[in-house]
Amino acid sequence: MSFAVAEKRTAMAPARLNVSGVSFLADISGALFQEDERLLIVADLHLEKGSAYAARRVLLPPYDTAATLARLASVVIRLAPRAVIALGDSFHDVRAGERMAEPDRRALAELQRGRDFVWVAGNHDPEVPTFVDGERCATFSIGAVTLRHEPIAGEQAEIAGHLHPVARVVSKSGGLRRRCFASDGKRCVMPAFGAYAGGLNIRDAAFSPLFPVGVTSAHVLGRSAVYSVGSAHCRPD
Amino acid sequence: MPAVFANWFAVRGWSPRGHQLALLAHAQNGESALLVAPTGAGKTLAGFLPSLIDLAATKRRDRGRGVHTLYISPLKALAVDVARNLDAPVIDMDLPVRIETRTGDTPASRRQRQRRDPPDILMTTPEQLALLLGGADAAHLFGSLKRVVLDELHSLVTSKRGDLLSLDLARLRTLSPNLAATGLSATVRDPDELRRYLVAQRGKGEMAALVTAPAGAAPDLSMLDTRERLPWSGHGAWHAIHEIYEAIKGAKTALVFVNTRAQAEAIFQQLWSINEDALSIALHHGSLDASQRRRVEEAMAQGKLKGVVCTSTLDLGIDWGDVDLVINVGAPKGSSRLMQRIGRANHRLDESSRAMLVPANRFEVLECRAAIDAAREGAQDSPPLRTGGHDVLCQHILGMACAAPFRADDLFDEVRSAEPYAHLTREDFDAALDFVATGGYALRTYDRFAKIRQNKDGLWRVSNPRVAQSWRMNVGTIIESDMLKVRLVRGRAVQAKARAASSGSMLFYPAKLPGNAASRPTYTGPLARGGRMLGEIEEYFLETLAPGDTFVFGGEILALQGIVENEALVSRAHADAPKVPSYAGGKFPLSTYLAERVRKLVSNPRNLGALPEQVREWLSLQKRVSRLPKPGDLLVETFPRGERFFLVAYPFEGRLAHQTLGMLLTRRMERMGLRPQGFVANEYALAVWSLGDVAGAAKAGRVSLAALFDQDMLGDDLEEWLEESALMKRTFRSCAVIAGLIERRFPGKEKTGRQVTMSTDLIYDVLRRHQPDHILLRAAREDASTGLLDLARLADMLTRVQGRIVHEALERVSPLAVPVMLEIGREPVYGEAQDQVLADAAQALTQEAMGQ
Repeated sequence: MSFAVAEKRTAMAPARLNVSGVSFLADISGALFQEDERLLIVADLHLEKGSAYAARRVLLPPYDTAATLARLASVVIRLAPRAVIALGDSFHDVRAGERMAEPDRRALAELQRGRDFVWVAGNHDPEVPTFVDGERCATFSIGAVTLRHEPIAGEQAEIAGHLHPVARVVSKSGGLRRRCFASDGKRCVMPAFGAYAGGLNIRDAAFSPLFPVGVTSAHVLGRSAVYSVGSAHCRPD
Repeated sequence: MPAVFANWFAVRGWSPRGHQLALLAHAQNGESALLVAPTGAGKTLAGFLPSLIDLAATKRRDRGRGVHTLYISPLKALAVDVARNLDAPVIDMDLPVRIETRTGDTPASRRQRQRRDPPDILMTTPEQLALLLGGADAAHLFGSLKRVVLDELHSLVTSKRGDLLSLDLARLRTLSPNLAATGLSATVRDPDELRRYLVAQRGKGEMAALVTAPAGAAPDLSMLDTRERLPWSGHGAWHAIHEIYEAIKGAKTALVFVNTRAQAEAIFQQLWSINEDALSIALHHGSLDASQRRRVEEAMAQGKLKGVVCTSTLDLGIDWGDVDLVINVGAPKGSSRLMQRIGRANHRLDESSRAMLVPANRFEVLECRAAIDAAREGAQDSPPLRTGGHDVLCQHILGMACAAPFRADDLFDEVRSAEPYAHLTREDFDAALDFVATGGYALRTYDRFAKIRQNKDGLWRVSNPRVAQSWRMNVGTIIESDMLKVRLVRGRAVQAKARAASSGSMLFYPAKLPGNAASRPTYTGPLARGGRMLGEIEEYFLETLAPGDTFVFGGEILALQGIVENEALVSRAHADAPKVPSYAGGKFPLSTYLAERVRKLVSNPRNLGALPEQVREWLSLQKRVSRLPKPGDLLVETFPRGERFFLVAYPFEGRLAHQTLGMLLTRRMERMGLRPQGFVANEYALAVWSLGDVAGAAKAGRVSLAALFDQDMLGDDLEEWLEESALMKRTFRSCAVIAGLIERRFPGKEKTGRQVTMSTDLIYDVLRRHQPDHILLRAAREDASTGLLDLARLADMLTRVQGRIVHEALERVSPLAVPVMLEIGREPVYGEAQDQVLADAAQALTQEAMGQ
């Protein structure tokens, strides 16, 4: 069996993503950043997913909330957003707040300090725990672009989460399955940000009504950069 | 021996053999014993004779109500087969003995009845035993157990199944303190290990008695001295296909052993393509559907087959009729393995078994030569016994809690009486217990979700009935890598159906025998979505295929139609270059012992005379232009080729260890500024190519080869690599499943492998960062060191060659380097190249956009 050594790439140009004329930076963490407004958008944090499993006696490591928050904190430090918008399913279920450990609560409060926070409601978290700061809403707008949890097929420009898109990319060097942004210039479905969030292949039927002519490009989260991959290279599972 | 038994032997013109009587004597003294005997020595009868005699002598009402003798076999089919064979003496002598099997296929009603009203002799598998011991009625079933017979013990003990079985054996001894264990084994390197495995360990290395049957006639071993040109590389042995065919033709029944399922498929195809005499040749390997395998086995037992191409699935004990020739294609990998396979030919002790080794390339000639010499000397190299896995221990602890509340001190003592766990520390036991209870996390947030709890009386018990239910559904240590079922459906293209006549026939063989191509069965009739199951195949192979791609499976060419849930739907197809699946399993590493012999063979010019002409020439040329590696030294050659610089090392440590070395070496070369581009490993050598000139840098004193191969690469470099290694993640996944962190199956819902893979990778990432010393990560590291990464062997090698690296700076590629160089680009990488895959795809997009 032969192995290729991954080349060391000199800093790649940051991946850009357009939604109805508004330009975003597709960050390697899986967040979108709107530079003019300094808005950071993340989807599907699924905080306390580990403990939700534990309650059913599948004792997954209880570190996912800390891991997710630490990743979010590092993006926040790096990009210094004015506001953070969480696109729903930020908490894995309505009782997540009760199970959240004190240090994690403090970490969340810490990263909220000095900036606005908007919690868009998701199907897992119609209500965000009361001890958490920030604005609650069903949808949010940036110009003509609507930000909501669950994408809705149609003409309107939107950024959404909910589906946890992943791309399976196969090339001559092998194949892998990674989280990605799925977009067609009008709509963007963001990758899940949570440490334990699984993924749905962008070739799954659930994506077809949203992208009637297909996903034009998948911005795939690599180890060292975000790669824009054509739909022809994205395989079904 | 009672008269009725002596008569039974006499009527058949037999007399009991010495080892059968010796084993009987030990059993009658209530002693545990190991019987080491070659195939054909009447091992099974020896194992059961004491039970039959004891049962015949005791009236039913004087017996206990439970099982008298428990028989454990590694294979379901073997248990069924042995039960059938045992029926003969029981019926002949009209013995009052009830024998029953219990496997995964036993109907639920019968299983319930067996628990209520146990048979005298119960024949089953390690997994079924674990399930029985985790039930509340274990004491009723096994409280009066007299004997346990462990068949093919040598093969059981080298895996995690052996760990589980050892723990269950310990529990049986607790339930029935006078229990005696009998182990049946092929010849092994160190029988004492197995003797310890059979009895309770109390710190003194206690051993069962040993009975050794005399060795059979020396085998008639030969290596094919091919008329054709010997290939430089590859494992297909195409060059010898006509010679293999002729050998099959000349034998009554020949078994053609190959090392991997992929080779089995390929050889089978090749044989049929030249099968002008329409010899009845069948295929048998572990991925084929069980019913298909049974058909081949039955046809073989009835003497209907001329040849069977098979993998290690036929290594073990079932007696398949009159095999008079074993053909081993490719490298034998180990001398014990070879001897076991040779033993499949001819089950009569006094006749020598005939075997022919067919090396597929020049290096394999060396390996075959070394193996034949070893086999003639009777040198064994079966792997050493395992240290019991922590993941298996976790599963067992939960099982014991399901059976009955326990005291930790008692269970610890019981576990330590099992040989693989004899050195288990209390700390590790407590860590396993803690894992079972609340996950074993430093962050103690799961106490309220505990699976087992310690009550005020000090006893641990299951906290919720659902916990026991889920344990029962997940018992066992065989973690299939994510397998998808392969189901035959009607192809989309009509053309595929029309062409099925030429390609689709072999699978049905031997259902209709044999005939020419035109009259062979072709099409089984209309197939809708619910078509026939052909077998199972690794998911990651199917992931490399797109719908419409063709591949070889079960002896025919199939086109992938699509994957629906956990099934790959395929249709028959015609293709000139179908892919052959590369299966993860079944690739045995070259044994350390044989590697050592190969090294000695190569280093000594006097040995060369015994080798075929072509090989002799090759090695002599190597000696002239470079040198032959000496045992103990590590030969490293460097040479430029094209625009790259190559470094080829010859550790002879097996492909897995070489792959790991390649990963680590390229990291280090990267740091030294040598700009490595890739590497390739085979069983004997490793080749790395780079843009930087290693030899030049060494000459200028900027790089030293000693530093390059320094064993400290097993420190930080290893850590860094493990973080992203797909192999490590796969290892972790199987530990997580065995230990019960993730459930393969949970009540009311089947979880597909796909989802499990996803989540265990995420769990691995999180756990590694937050609790690197967690018991499951330690278990995975242990496994990796002997398993997919073969770290232990690599570490030994790096230590051994310190100060003994011999560098040959060459102008061009050496003869010895040719085989490994030819493997470059043969097989794709999977999972390790990481961003490279994405970069390729992204570049393709750019090129598309730029119109290139």
